[in-house]
Amino acid sequence: MRVDRKPVNSASRIYQTPLLIAVISGVGLASALLGDGVWDILSWINLGIPVAIAIFYWRRRAT
Amino acid sequence: MQAPDLPRDTKTLPIDQAIQAAQRVRPQDHVLFVNRRENSPFVVVVGMSPTPIPVPGQFHRLLIDERTTAILGEEMPHRDVMDIILTLHKDMFTGLPGELFLGAMGILLVVSIVSGVVVYAPFMRRIDFGTIRHRSSPRVTWLDLHNLLGMATVLWLLVVAVTGTINTLAIPLFDMWRAQTLPVLLKPYQGKPVAKPPSIDAAIERVRAYLPDARITSVTMPTAARFGSPQHLVVWTKGNSPLTARLLTPVLVNADASLAIEAPQVPWYLRFLQVSRPLHFGDYGGLPLKIIWALLDLLAIIVLVSGIYLWFAKSRFSSRAYLPMTPGPKSHTRPADAKLR
Repeated sequence: MRVDRKPVNSASRIYQTPLLIAVISGVGLASALLGDGVWDILSWINLGIPVAIAIFYWRRRAT
Repeated sequence: MQAPDLPRDTKTLPIDQAIQAAQRVRPQDHVLFVNRRENSPFVVVVGMSPTPIPVPGQFHRLLIDERTTAILGEEMPHRDVMDIILTLHKDMFTGLPGELFLGAMGILLVVSIVSGVVVYAPFMRRIDFGTIRHRSSPRVTWLDLHNLLGMATVLWLLVVAVTGTINTLAIPLFDMWRAQTLPVLLKPYQGKPVAKPPSIDAAIERVRAYLPDARITSVTMPTAARFGSPQHLVVWTKGNSPLTARLLTPVLVNADASLAIEAPQVPWYLRFLQVSRPLHFGDYGGLPLKIIWALLDLLAIIVLVSGIYLWFAKSRFSSRAYLPMTPGPKSHTRPADAKLR
C-alpha cells in the first residue's frame, strides 16, 4: 500500500485560496451596486475571476 | 411595439397631449393611468376603461408616440416566455404559498453551502486547491470537481441564495405595506367626488421638484376605485441608482395644486430588503454582468448535479461495502438493512 508522504495541509492553507476568491467576488458583487461605469467594469473583472479560476483548474491536465 | 425612428432631435410633446390623443380615439372612456414602457423609448401607455372601475376584458392600453401623439396600437394582455419562466421561478404558479415554499428551499440551499464549506477541509488535507484526480475512480474526479467549482462560486451562490430567500419575503412585505399604507392615507378622500384630472405634466413637474433624483414610472389618475384616490394623482417613482431603481415610492399630488404633495415614507427595512433584488437577479451591471452571472449559474448547476451524483454514488458504495462477499445480483438494499443480516 502506497502512503502519501505529502504533509497534511493546515486549515489556514486549505481555506486560503477559497477565502481570496470569496473576497474578490464579494467586491465584484458590491461594486456594480455602488455605481455605474468603472464600478460595473470592476464587477465584471472581479466576478469573472472565479469563473476563470474554475475553468483553469478544471481544464488543467492531471498533475 | 416600438416607436418608429424619427430624427434624433424630434421633441417630445407634453404627456397631456398624448392623453388627449387617446381620448379622441375612445371619447367615452375614463383614463385610469399613464405609464412608460421600460424597453420602448418614446412610448406612452394610456390605460382606459369604459367604466370608472375597470372590468376585465373591457380594459384598453393605448400605445402613443410621445413625439407625434400618433396611436401606435393597443397593448394586448399577454404573457411572454420570460414572464412564465419568472413566475415558475418565483412561486411555481401557486402564489404566496409557493413563494414561501421556495424561500424555505433557499434556506436549505444556504445550509448546504455552509456545511459544504465545513466538510471541504477534511477532503483537502492532502491535496492542494484545484487538484482534480483523474486517475482514481470517477467518484473521486467528481468529488474534486464538486469541491473546486463549489469553492470558486461559494460567495456568489451564498449571496444569490440568501437574497433569493429574502426576496420571497420582501415582495409580499412591500405589497402588504402598500395595501396598508395607501388606503389609510387616502381614507379621508374615499367617497369624495372624483376630481377633474389636472395637468399630468404640471404634476410631474411638482414631483420632480419634490424628489429631484426620482424617476417617474406611472401616474394613476383620480379614480373612485380602490387602487387610487378620487382627489389625487398618484405618481409612482423609483430611484435612479442601481441600489434604488427597484424601490417604488408613491407620491400623492392633490388635484388642487395649492395643496402640498404627500409622500408616505417607505420603512427602512423595506428599503433594505429591496437591495436583495438586484443581488439575486444580477441585472444591475449591464449585459457583461448578466453573461458572467449565467456562467456562474452553469458552474453552480454542475456543483448541484455533482453533489447529487456523489450522494447516490456514496450510498451505493457503502451498501455494497456492508454486504457479505457472496456473488449475486447487485443489491439495492440500504446500508441500515444490509447491516442487519
